[in-house]
Amino acid sequence: MLEAQQLAAQRGSAVLFANVDFTVRAGEALMVTGANGSGKTTLMKIAAGLTRPVTGRLSWLGTTVLPFDPALRASTLYIGHSPALNDELTAEENLCALVRLHGTQADAAAIRAALSAWSLEAQRALPARALSQGQRRRVGLARLRLLRRALWVLDEPTAALDSAGVALLEQHVSSHLASGGIALIATHDDLTLNAGTKRNLHLR
Amino acid sequence: MTTMTAAMDVAPRAGAWGGIAWAAARDLGLASRSKAEIGVLLLFYVIVVTLFPLGVGPEPTLLRAMGPGVLWVAALLASMLSLPRLFAADFADGTLEQIALSPYPLAALVSGKIIAHWAATGLPLAVLSPLLGLQFGLRGDELVVLALGLLLGTPTLSLLGAIGSALTLGVRSGNGLLALLILPLYVPILIFGAGAVDAVRDGVSANPQLSLLGAALLAAAVGAPLAAAAGVRIALD
Repeated sequence: MLEAQQLAAQRGSAVLFANVDFTVRAGEALMVTGANGSGKTTLMKIAAGLTRPVTGRLSWLGTTVLPFDPALRASTLYIGHSPALNDELTAEENLCALVRLHGTQADAAAIRAALSAWSLEAQRALPARALSQGQRRRVGLARLRLLRRALWVLDEPTAALDSAGVALLEQHVSSHLASGGIALIATHDDLTLNAGTKRNLHLR
Repeated sequence: MTTMTAAMDVAPRAGAWGGIAWAAARDLGLASRSKAEIGVLLLFYVIVVTLFPLGVGPEPTLLRAMGPGVLWVAALLASMLSLPRLFAADFADGTLEQIALSPYPLAALVSGKIIAHWAATGLPLAVLSPLLGLQFGLRGDELVVLALGLLLGTPTLSLLGAIGSALTLGVRSGNGLLALLILPLYVPILIFGAGAVDAVRDGVSANPQLSLLGAALLAAAVGAPLAAAAGVRIALD
């Protein structure tokens, strides 16, 4: 269970949002919407433990967590706005490095399977700089299949993604929720998930 | 709640050694793909060192007197030139966020990056230095102490540089600021490093200077990764 109370954030002197409360339980996804500049990315960073809110507190499994809390880090998968790919490494090497960075052994067959699932088998050995924006996004999202973490924090996962990719993402999120996971998703698109699992938070 | 955590993996095996190994292996792999950058760095070192004999003229006693200082200053500059690479690319492409959120200790991952940075910059500089020392008429034992001093001193340069590199992440005109921040910290290393070669030339033991370089390395190896990790967290906030 991820719980936020009275969160507020500001960039410079501008207040982005204030008094944001939410509770997301196992098996639920919180869809965060809002205009550009309403603080979606900042909220995602707070939830992932990258940024400290100006006021308010965040608790994970009933315990208040501060930024970079080890318990939160160990159970969170954060996929930020930039897909965290190094241009010099191939899609396969990038994915392998990102999975290993999270302390999980990456076996080559699983990496290939994840890339194939996201229709990237032909781009497997291409350096990331040769990939399109949508393909880069797909490599980043392929982590969803490899790293099973309780809390997914996804910042604009549908950006640059085609409809087939969005469908695949919906499938992944749905099965994650079905197995008792939690997801926080900032998006402008309306994702189709199983009934009763989706909750909304609109930032203004 | 317990059923939920049971269904999910919590990150396993996240000790400091694993973090060091991950970061060092990744950055060394990246360095081996951009050999041109290392080549440019070494050429910069060679050219700066070579400019001095050309500039001051072929006066043997003068060259021998200033040789160690010139070689060390050039090594400082070359090492500093490569510092922005340490975190900037990972910061720009979002990898640094993933690194900071990894279950491995951030200081361990930063240490691994520093080791790789040294292996790709400081180590080749130290290996190349005896060859360049010949231009200044340094004798065999002086060349040995020069290389030894650089082997002990360049890791400290990478360690201290990592702090500056982390603190200037995302800052406009960060590279100039980095030089201002870091060069004063390099002064003791320069004094002891060049002093070691001077000592041998004057016929006394270089052990005190080399011991001090070793002590500085140990202190920096413990403190600098923690400070750089704190800097990275500030940059991401």
